[in-house]
Amino acid sequence: MTQYLLSVHTDFDDVAGTTEAEMQQAYAQVDAFNTELQASGSWVFAGGLTPPADATVVDAAGPEAVLTDGPYAETKEVLGGFWIIDVADLDAALDVAKKASAACMGKVEVRPFQGE
Amino acid sequence: MSTPAPAGLAAVFRAEHGRVVAGLARRLGDLDLAEDALGEALVVAAERWPVDGVPPNPGAWLTTVARNKALDRLRREQRREHKHAEAHMITDPTPHEPTGPVEDDRLRLVFTCCHPALGPEARVALTLRLLGGLTVPEIAAAYLVPETTMAQRLTRAKQKIARAGIPYRVPAAADLAERLDGVLAVLYLVFNEGYLSHAGQAVRDDLTGEAVRLARQLREMVRRTPSLGTQPEVDGLLALMLLTEARRPARVAEGRLVPLAEQDRTRWDAALVDEGHRLVRGCLALGRPGPYQLQAAVNAVHTDALDASMTDWSQVVQLYDQLLALRPTPVVALNRAVAVAEVDGPEVALGVVDRLPLERYHAWHATRADLLRRLGRPQEARAAYDAAIGLAGNDAERAFLAGRRDGLGRGPT
Repeated sequence: MTQYLLSVHTDFDDVAGTTEAEMQQAYAQVDAFNTELQASGSWVFAGGLTPPADATVVDAAGPEAVLTDGPYAETKEVLGGFWIIDVADLDAALDVAKKASAACMGKVEVRPFQGE
Repeated sequence: MSTPAPAGLAAVFRAEHGRVVAGLARRLGDLDLAEDALGEALVVAAERWPVDGVPPNPGAWLTTVARNKALDRLRREQRREHKHAEAHMITDPTPHEPTGPVEDDRLRLVFTCCHPALGPEARVALTLRLLGGLTVPEIAAAYLVPETTMAQRLTRAKQKIARAGIPYRVPAAADLAERLDGVLAVLYLVFNEGYLSHAGQAVRDDLTGEAVRLARQLREMVRRTPSLGTQPEVDGLLALMLLTEARRPARVAEGRLVPLAEQDRTRWDAALVDEGHRLVRGCLALGRPGPYQLQAAVNAVHTDALDASMTDWSQVVQLYDQLLALRPTPVVALNRAVAVAEVDGPEVALGVVDRLPLERYHAWHATRADLLRRLGRPQEARAAYDAAIGLAGNDAERAFLAGRRDGLGRGPT
């Protein structure tokens, strides 16, 4: 079995433009998908994130920790949410990702976690 | 047993490469290890075979030697615990499936190399390397990229297979048709790369032969695997390749491309034409036409005519109508227009061609040039030939187009 990160990259500026009905539809679809994923036994963890404006970057690689307000990367599309799943191989992960993408109505990136 | 020349050895190595790597990869669960072990076995074979002769079953011999080399290496590396498990896999191989282990392993490897999670270029390179047995320098030369670039492309693809967990198996029935399409697309790309170059560069000519060999193998594997069902597009692709390849001896004369209508048809390879026609009849009889079958059928109509004037152009138009329904692309519409010119005249065809958004495609300009030439509009034809020459991809085609342009009369002014 291999663990995969399925991540959703969201443009939070665009989110403001979506209608309430669209948001509700996406929430309902993702809820149903999550329930199905948990029942299948592939679920490890999942979560949605607040907008990047809420982020703080911590750099303690030097002698003193430096805190910076805002996200690490100044890009339009940032991590908006993710699933971690545990499945047999990439084909199984891609099947889950297709359903995840349809549910959240966005692109989903599939990346394996490092082995032991 | 006779002593083969080194060139003979290379041919044996290439023929056995796919099945040996496929079998080793299943047992070792590691493509890199399988390839390295086979590489070591080939070194041993290159020393022994010229002296002892080629063994009766070279594939089995190479597999045994490679497996022992892999075992040696794993024993040396046994410090790491998970390698124990891999060594165990070698002595305790999984039971063979009823379709026969050799076809099964190679079929698995085909689907791994052509996995949609890999980029199209990586799929082509991996297929030629692992199944075709071409060397990295050979593949690099065929695709006109530096050797280091090709080596990196292959390494990255193999790393992704291992790390991302691309499975080594034939896909489940539900996904099979879609995934088989991907495999056919790779073989078609390899064939076209060799065919379109047609400038007599040895390595690239080799690609058409390699694509035909792999398509034959795929057809054989599908035929021997009842669970895959009938897959007429596999036959269609092989037929398309054979009927195209059959015309190769007549396609270029004195460094110049010879158009179909002017080719010396006695120089076509009659055996390939016959085989291609048999395949086309067989797959079309199943009544599930697809893009490769239809393109093969178009080629069958052409190769059926004893000379160009006997071509059944209305049948060609009908086949392109069907193809256009399945693949509504401007390029298919352009090919259809060439047949329309023969049935309804160049004026009707030019009306169709002029509406196609293909200004950057040399064949669009070349087709327009030919239609304008036949319509007695030499000045416009000349401009179209110039545009086609500027975009053409190889010398043989440029030479043909320049010849046609220079043969234009002044025409009515």
